[in-house]
Amino acid sequence: MTGRWTPWVAGLVLALAVVASLFLGRVVVSPMDLVRGLMSPDLSLASLVVTELRLPRAVLAVLVGASLGLSGAVLQGLLRNPLAEPGLLGVGNGAALGAVISIYFGLSQAFPLATPLMGLAGAIGAGVLTFAFGRGGTLTLILAGSAVSGITLAVLALALNFAPNPYAGYEMNIWLLGSLSEKSWDHILLAAPFIVAGLGILATMGRTMDALSLGEVQAKSLGVDLDRMRVLALLGVGLAVGAATSVTGSIGFIGLVAPHLVRPFVGHQPSRTLLPSALLGAALLLMADITTRLINTQSELRLGVVTGLIGAPFFFWLVLRLRKTAP
Amino acid sequence: MTRLTAQGLTVERGGRAILTDVSVSLEAGTFVALVGANGAGKSTLLSTLAGLLKPDRGEVALDGTPLARIERRELARRRAYLPQNPRAEWPISVERLVALGLTPQLPAFGGLPGGFEPRLTQAIEACDLGRQRLQPATTLSGGELARAMLARALVGDPEILIADEPITGLDPRHAIDTVQRLQALAAAGKLVIAAIHDLTLAARSATHLMALREGRLAAFGPMADVLRPDLLRHVFDVETRVSGAGSDTLVEFVSGGLRR
Repeated sequence: MTGRWTPWVAGLVLALAVVASLFLGRVVVSPMDLVRGLMSPDLSLASLVVTELRLPRAVLAVLVGASLGLSGAVLQGLLRNPLAEPGLLGVGNGAALGAVISIYFGLSQAFPLATPLMGLAGAIGAGVLTFAFGRGGTLTLILAGSAVSGITLAVLALALNFAPNPYAGYEMNIWLLGSLSEKSWDHILLAAPFIVAGLGILATMGRTMDALSLGEVQAKSLGVDLDRMRVLALLGVGLAVGAATSVTGSIGFIGLVAPHLVRPFVGHQPSRTLLPSALLGAALLLMADITTRLINTQSELRLGVVTGLIGAPFFFWLVLRLRKTAP
Repeated sequence: MTRLTAQGLTVERGGRAILTDVSVSLEAGTFVALVGANGAGKSTLLSTLAGLLKPDRGEVALDGTPLARIERRELARRRAYLPQNPRAEWPISVERLVALGLTPQLPAFGGLPGGFEPRLTQAIEACDLGRQRLQPATTLSGGELARAMLARALVGDPEILIADEPITGLDPRHAIDTVQRLQALAAAGKLVIAAIHDLTLAARSATHLMALREGRLAAFGPMADVLRPDLLRHVFDVETRVSGAGSDTLVEFVSGGLRR
């Protein structure tokens, strides 16, 4: 098996996707102009397009995609369930609720970073709630996550129902669909510390996840602290996905798909899916974002829609494969 | 010399006592067969002895130190535990599965350090898994998986092996094979504790017998002293005939011997 090379291949795919994302878009920038734009801080169109639009967009895509991919890999390893995905713990929905509330009360108009800040608050609130109710067992943690998701979705629907005006309702709906457009370096500086901290926590969980391949009882007998592991997973996913969602809105399927694509190439060993899942998650999100830019529609094609359209058929493939391998 | 002692173990769940005041002292170099009817508390006792379950009263001590005071990785290095029907959750290779037994020895990051490779190979060979080494663990037969899990438990060279029904579900050949491996471990100076339902196999291979009835210790001692029809009647509510001794022991159930 070429498992040793998997992170490198995933890294190469990501590097290609980053380069493509800098080159491709509605404004055509020649390679020369692009390089010049990156090097010199003049105010040419090419320079502005690259440093103020495409570069932050690519950086944000890498951070968010890596968060989703790594969180998905950790949760699937933790639960030993192929359907686990970052939304499971309720933090993504919590972030979405916080962001929508900021739009509902018009905070976002008064102060542009209100939406991501409220999103972060929502993610933290949802994470605390999930932990308060779900600690003590993996199943209870997931059930608590579902309950928190349910509540946040209900309140979200309430906010949409009583939107102060049609425009606010439209704004909230559009935000929920997820996008990387119109994001500045400020957004990145706000979310990046949380995302990096979350990714750092999740990256330490490899050994624990490997031991869990034997089930929770044997993992415990091998010296794994199951309570600590659940707290770390919730904290890592909460920080990374909460911060990511608060900036970009809900983006589905990346966290579900990336670990599955990686797994066969690393001999299904959970710890070795982590890094490639993060890299591939970032590459997949970049590719989806490039797609939204290349397909020229009247109103913007939203990122969450593209990942959903590409990701949903993947579910069918998963079902077919499970039907073949399951007894 | 390893010694595992339980002092007044009591475990309650939902107001019902599962174990009541179990005290026993187990020594290295013995193979203890744990017997008892379904629901007698065997699994609970094994989990408690392994330090995975905290008793409501009483304590388990390893060489005089209470398990609760031993650091979890240290404890994981010194005793191995196999639950009932252990299985692999991902199709990882047998080699990887066995290497998981080294988890408490390894640093938090990185692959398997080169120094561990010989131990891994030795454990795989000792359990006759050389041919299955790279096979996904989920495709193993029941007997192969039992051997792989045993290799997983032994690769870290623990002083104590606690196994919950290691031969349940195995055909006679694989059951005898597994029991002989446990016997060899005890002969090599380890403490082996295993719940076993096959009384004849237990009588022939184990050095000691520990019997539970309704959460209480019904008997503990060297096999030859303890294995008697009156004990088995007390523990299982069936009439038995015990004949022979040592590796020729035969435990038969008397037909129509079910006591009502």
